[in-house]
Amino acid sequence: MSTEISHIAGEHPDLPPPATEVGVIGWIRHNLFSSTTNIVVTVLTIYLLYIILPPMLNWIFFDAVFSADSRDDCRAIAKAAGEELGACWAFIGKRFQIFVYGFYPVEERWRVNLSFIMMIAALVPVLFDNIPNRKLGLWYSLIAPVIICWLLIGGMGLTPVPTDKFGGFMLTLTIGVTGIVGSLPIGIALALGRQSHMPALRMVCVAFIEFIRGVPLITLLFVASTMLNYFLPPGTTFDLLLRVLIMVTLFSSAYIAEVIRGGLQAIPKGQIEAADSMGLKYWQSMRLIILPQALKISIPGIVNTFIGLYKDTTLVIIIGLFDPLGMGRASLADTKWQGLSTEIYVFVAIFFFVSCFSMARYSLYLEKKLHTGH
Amino acid sequence: MTEATKSGNPSLFYSLFFDKELRSVTIQVITMALIIAFFFFIVSNAITNLETIGKGYSFNFLWDASNYDINQTLIEYNSQSPHWRAAVVGIINTLLVAVAGIILSTIVGFLLGVLRLSSNWLINRVVYVYIEYVRNVPVLLHILLVHGIVVNTLPIPKNALMAFDGALFLTNRGFYTPKPLFEPAMWAVLIAFVIGIGFTIWFKGYAKKVQDGTGKIYPVFFISLGAIIVFPILVYFLAGSPINLEYPALKGFNFKGGLVLRPEFVALWIALSLYTAAFIAEIVRAGIQAISHGQTEAAFALGIKPSRTMQLVIIPQALRVIIPPLSSQYLNITKNSSLAIAIGYMDIVATIGGISLNQTGREMECMTIVLAIYLAFSLMISAFMNWYNKRMKLVER
Repeated sequence: MSTEISHIAGEHPDLPPPATEVGVIGWIRHNLFSSTTNIVVTVLTIYLLYIILPPMLNWIFFDAVFSADSRDDCRAIAKAAGEELGACWAFIGKRFQIFVYGFYPVEERWRVNLSFIMMIAALVPVLFDNIPNRKLGLWYSLIAPVIICWLLIGGMGLTPVPTDKFGGFMLTLTIGVTGIVGSLPIGIALALGRQSHMPALRMVCVAFIEFIRGVPLITLLFVASTMLNYFLPPGTTFDLLLRVLIMVTLFSSAYIAEVIRGGLQAIPKGQIEAADSMGLKYWQSMRLIILPQALKISIPGIVNTFIGLYKDTTLVIIIGLFDPLGMGRASLADTKWQGLSTEIYVFVAIFFFVSCFSMARYSLYLEKKLHTGH
Repeated sequence: MTEATKSGNPSLFYSLFFDKELRSVTIQVITMALIIAFFFFIVSNAITNLETIGKGYSFNFLWDASNYDINQTLIEYNSQSPHWRAAVVGIINTLLVAVAGIILSTIVGFLLGVLRLSSNWLINRVVYVYIEYVRNVPVLLHILLVHGIVVNTLPIPKNALMAFDGALFLTNRGFYTPKPLFEPAMWAVLIAFVIGIGFTIWFKGYAKKVQDGTGKIYPVFFISLGAIIVFPILVYFLAGSPINLEYPALKGFNFKGGLVLRPEFVALWIALSLYTAAFIAEIVRAGIQAISHGQTEAAFALGIKPSRTMQLVIIPQALRVIIPPLSSQYLNITKNSSLAIAIGYMDIVATIGGISLNQTGREMECMTIVLAIYLAFSLMISAFMNWYNKRMKLVER
């Protein structure tokens, strides 16, 4: 091509950028190979991925057996296909019902399903504010827990189901949701108590919060399972699940209280003074001025605490309740499926990852939505 | 009642609940009364219940023989030792895994946090995926998974994986490394090390004085490195290498000799460290991002070198943001070490709160000890962190 074309000064047409600076190549150059260190890091990362990913993918997907009747069956199928033995997902498939419902009686499982649907329906008006008839929905959310409780436990027309039949993901959700719903109001009350100008009230709240935060949850669960009967009037028995629920709620309320205290301390003193000068009473100023702002700041911390609580529900296996992990380990006792613990762990890990990651994402969404500053 | 307000002489009952000053006293008295009543109620219940089954509340059982063995003991212990000694073994094991976990998680966490900020897209994404996976899966699952991998996939001692030319054997019975045996001349090396630290402290002050007076900057870091590390190493070789290594050797079905890290310890340590490291990484990232870019630019405008900018401007400010949440992560790792019981690592919960409790039936006393010990750990760590935090705090006028 001739380069003889001449242009009047200042009217030269824009040339396209060099091919190495735009598009895929440009992106790769800028993001992966921009300097010597970057090149080294990129090559090392690719090598690391090359070592880790293929065996992992092989185990999870390509060499895995999805339907079989026992572990030996899994082995035989893998051998027939000429593959190495990967995950034996058939085990999870066969035991799926037990993972979800625990020991809940088969003919009553519709109640768990209905409760789950009701819970989702009750969550929608709380989580999203752009739905029609939200106010009505909130009233429903308020009474739904009572109905769900009745559905799960039974009595009053339904066959009673003892709580030691609860297990699997259903147990995780029961403990997690109860803890979350219960710990927020208690946490707010504790945080306000800690900020209170009344020394006796403040002392009680500080002592409670520091004690709970100073000991691991597992010791509190041990207290609930071994010692609590001593502290009750002789002859009283107390459901183990209920004890665990109370302990988990109290435990996370102490953490919530600290998160909210951080939010309360971040509110400038002028806000309280302004509320006082408007003639608002203590509860009015808290409800209308202080708490809305403090809670807004604390949202990431609160959701993180909830995620922590949700993950901590796995600890109940140590005191003998059967969450999915416990169910899985119990079903390993079946000689047909011995030694498949890794499959269980991975399966339960995926469940927790999905629920916790979506909670974290919701918190990000909420933060963005409530970010009304400039 | 309205009459009372109008007359300006309200009845006592009315003012107890509606007068601003008196009301706060009323509320406090009622709270305290309720709390005291509650404690009185549970304590009296406990006394009645304990009497009914004929148990008292006494710690005398601590001096009885424990009658059980512990697989990892750093102090002398056997099944004839008393229960209190089992508790001490448990405390030491808890502290061991907590301290080792804090060190490893800090190193990995800072590394991941810095990589997360890298401009390299690939490493950035890989670290992001890793952090999100680790953070959103319960720590108990991590512990069980790592324990499963160590026990199920590593070979039996006979086919041990060898690393670093016989310096490390990986087996499903534990990790074996050579054990250092010290000879008397080792004292010289230790003394050299102490001298090195003393010299560094003096030299730091001297260098600061010189810099304040003349503006001359000494390479403090390299000279301290020489004094603390290189000097003792020189002394070590001059004293004729007073460390002998006892290599582990395969005898029968297992290795004998050398240092052994038991699989429970390894699993707990690695799982706790990796879990906490993911949280620390996020804290470090947030801390570095919290420092505005103007700080770096201002330092450059003053002609400060990039390395000193990092050291004198960015890191001190970032640490101020990082330390409070970091300290709560350290507390978490200590408390999470109680999950050891799930894989049979003998920490405080598993010894005095587990086997001793079951053998003696002294639930109250054992749980009191366990709770008190954890509270003491937590209070100590938070006291130290508060002190450190106060030192690092921004001095404002």
